[in-house]
Amino acid sequence: MNPALQIHGLKKAFGGLPATNNVSLDVPAGERRLIIGPNGAGKTTLFNLITGALRADAGAIRLFGEEITRLAPHQRAHRGLARTYQIITLFPRDTLEHNVVLSLLGLAKSRWNAFRALRTDTVLHEEARRILGLVGLGERAARPIGEVSYGEKRRVEIAMALAQRPKVLLLDEPLAGLSREERAGIKTLIHGIARDVTVIMIEHDMDTALDLADRVTVLHYGKVIVEGTRTEVVADPRTREVYLGNA
Amino acid sequence: MKWLAWGALALLVAVFPLFGGDFYVNLASQIFIAALFAASLNLLVGYGGLVSLGHAAWIGLAAYTSAWLYLRLGLPHLANAPIALILTTLVAALFGWIALHASGLGFLMITLALAQVLWGTAYRWASVTNGDNGLSGLTRPAPFGMSLDKPAAFYYFTLAIAIVALWLMARFVASPFGAALRGTRDEPRRMAALGHNVWLVRWITFVYSGFWGAVAGLLYVYYHKYVHPTTLSLQSSAEALLGVIAGGAGTLAGPVVGAAIVLILKNYVSAYFERWNMLLGLVFVLIVIFMPDGVVPGLRRAWVRLRAK
Amino acid sequence: MQFWIIQTLNSLSLGGLLFLLAAGFSLIFGLMRIANLTHGSLFMIGAYVGVTILRLVPNLWLAALLGGLAVAIFGGLLERLLLRPLAGNALGQVLVTLGISFIVADFCLIVWGGDPIPLSAPSYLQKPLLVGGVAFPAYRLVVLAIAIVTAIGLHALMEWTRIGAMIRAGVDDMPMARAVGIPVSRLFTFVFCLGAALAGAGGVIAGPIMSAYPGLDADMLPLALIVVILGGVGSLLGAFVGSFIIAVIYTFGSVLLPDLAYVILFLPMIAVIAYRPRGLFGRQPS
Repeated sequence: MNPALQIHGLKKAFGGLPATNNVSLDVPAGERRLIIGPNGAGKTTLFNLITGALRADAGAIRLFGEEITRLAPHQRAHRGLARTYQIITLFPRDTLEHNVVLSLLGLAKSRWNAFRALRTDTVLHEEARRILGLVGLGERAARPIGEVSYGEKRRVEIAMALAQRPKVLLLDEPLAGLSREERAGIKTLIHGIARDVTVIMIEHDMDTALDLADRVTVLHYGKVIVEGTRTEVVADPRTREVYLGNA
Repeated sequence: MKWLAWGALALLVAVFPLFGGDFYVNLASQIFIAALFAASLNLLVGYGGLVSLGHAAWIGLAAYTSAWLYLRLGLPHLANAPIALILTTLVAALFGWIALHASGLGFLMITLALAQVLWGTAYRWASVTNGDNGLSGLTRPAPFGMSLDKPAAFYYFTLAIAIVALWLMARFVASPFGAALRGTRDEPRRMAALGHNVWLVRWITFVYSGFWGAVAGLLYVYYHKYVHPTTLSLQSSAEALLGVIAGGAGTLAGPVVGAAIVLILKNYVSAYFERWNMLLGLVFVLIVIFMPDGVVPGLRRAWVRLRAK
Repeated sequence: MQFWIIQTLNSLSLGGLLFLLAAGFSLIFGLMRIANLTHGSLFMIGAYVGVTILRLVPNLWLAALLGGLAVAIFGGLLERLLLRPLAGNALGQVLVTLGISFIVADFCLIVWGGDPIPLSAPSYLQKPLLVGGVAFPAYRLVVLAIAIVTAIGLHALMEWTRIGAMIRAGVDDMPMARAVGIPVSRLFTFVFCLGAALAGAGGVIAGPIMSAYPGLDADMLPLALIVVILGGVGSLLGAFVGSFIIAVIYTFGSVLLPDLAYVILFLPMIAVIAYRPRGLFGRQPS
């Protein structure tokens, strides 16, 4: 059985500074993997490499056994990869519903239709509202993005990713900037994602997301320092070193 | 209320030649052509977020191709129009491929440079283009045997084509493709991550925009019965861009209104004041500083505020 | 053989002129991210100012200096009054420079009329020089020399002075440059004035070869663009090498294939855009 995501020897440097330094990872299908590390550890860079927003200097990335290292980002989306962003990047002039519609269109044949009016596609719009309902925003579907709260925007991010029916879902700091209540809500959401989706999460703060994870990978200066189950990683002295700066 | 206003406008447009007088009917035909040209540019600028300063290339190419085929090969309009359109669209496909290696300012500079290359060639390749003398002695087509030489006849011909073109463009904008295009304007990286092929969306839009630019070019050469290298000039592209921006990019009506304003201004000014270029430049500067959104959104806001009182 | 020598020398002098034009454009774009579409007009109005100065003081070098200064002042005003308030609005800045270029073009038409006005080269340079058995106008070789000296001067400025270091830092990484306290807005004005001065002086120096005529701006701007696209934005070396490559292609193209000389300019531009989009010497933007 192929692992959902397999990274081997991944390298990326910016002007001589290695942001990703020979990273190798295997994430089996259905697992919840947490990637943690202090600021600058290279976590978002890793995500950008996986999704194709950045091109790797060296190494290989495999999605269910298929090599995707050379593929463009949109091609990776078509193979089942989806992500949310640490900094909210929604479509600011549009409604929540339209945001999710754009996500649904990304993988739909109808995105090439240049003649039929989009608003007549009721099936698509109903599906968008249904997905917004999954994240508890069904009532707010017709509101413009500018009018919803930060916590609600985070949920829209997740809705857009779920709309892609991903096989591998990358969540980049999904809990950042949220109140305790909002965080609990998002965590319930993430817990509720079916096990046929592999979830890889970046979080900066270990405590908040630990209970979501099956396994944890600790990154520092672009390298994998520790990897293992929750308990193993928490107990490992190197983890503490990374955060206290003794490494 | 709104429908009444639109209905009145439609009626006015429909019966205008009956009382307008030759000068104004001709001016109206020119406005339709300019509006079509600006609307085609707007697909790229307003909806795609890609500012091009090379749009005049399409008018020039289509006009010159049609003129050359007619004068040198004696091809009748029914034959040379499709050839002119296809050739220009193919060049648009090539130029789009080149220019879309960049976006933003790089894209702008490349479109400018490419159009200028065509402009310079129009002056130099005198054996084909007749250089600074331009190509004259052209005629207007006679669809179904009807002559278009009278202002009213040409007016209705141009109006019909402009309506069809704008209707198709409106559908384009309202379609899933149009929504994807706007998405690539607002958040291109996001769109790519969602599965949209951003480059292809942009390229298709570039080619489509060039096609309608070519249609405007044919109407232009039919109207003037003459083509000169200045058709391809940076000034020509700039006038179209000004029409789009002044009217309000990213709306359907904006470029139409803007193009009308630019053309009327140009005609009026040329009658009293030789320095149209200077005024064009001044208007550019003023619009950028004081009315960056353009006239149509500005008017819309004013209308909303008025209604709220 | 004569033909090749003459055309090569022609290319070299044209290349020198293009460098004066393109270097300023490249610096302005590289540092300030402004595609200065006024640049061709600055070249042209420099030439016209040179015409007027020459009528008062028949010294071409003085005219070049004063012309460059006048255009630099104009450029500085343009930057402070119109471009600075539009910081962050890249499109707005481009459109404003476009608008100004139209205004300047018509202004020149009003003041100096529609006929081309040649500038005279200094009398001691009007005699031809013998180069490789071929008589060639001495002035054109001097133009090349001026361009080379200017290139060396600019290189010295960039590599060995504090201002040069600040410019390079700004071109490489603007946010970082700001963060380390580089006085960005003063630097911008300086660079814009410098670029304008080069263009203006270049217009005067080009005068004996090209004359001052309406449309000079529209002829020069696309060449500057193509040089910068080819050579890479923000790179002096790129502007230098690119200028000569384009000059050679344009000169030989104009003679061998006069109708299609412009189209031939296409080709290196396309090649660069397709295979090395940041230009021959451009930096990868960070």
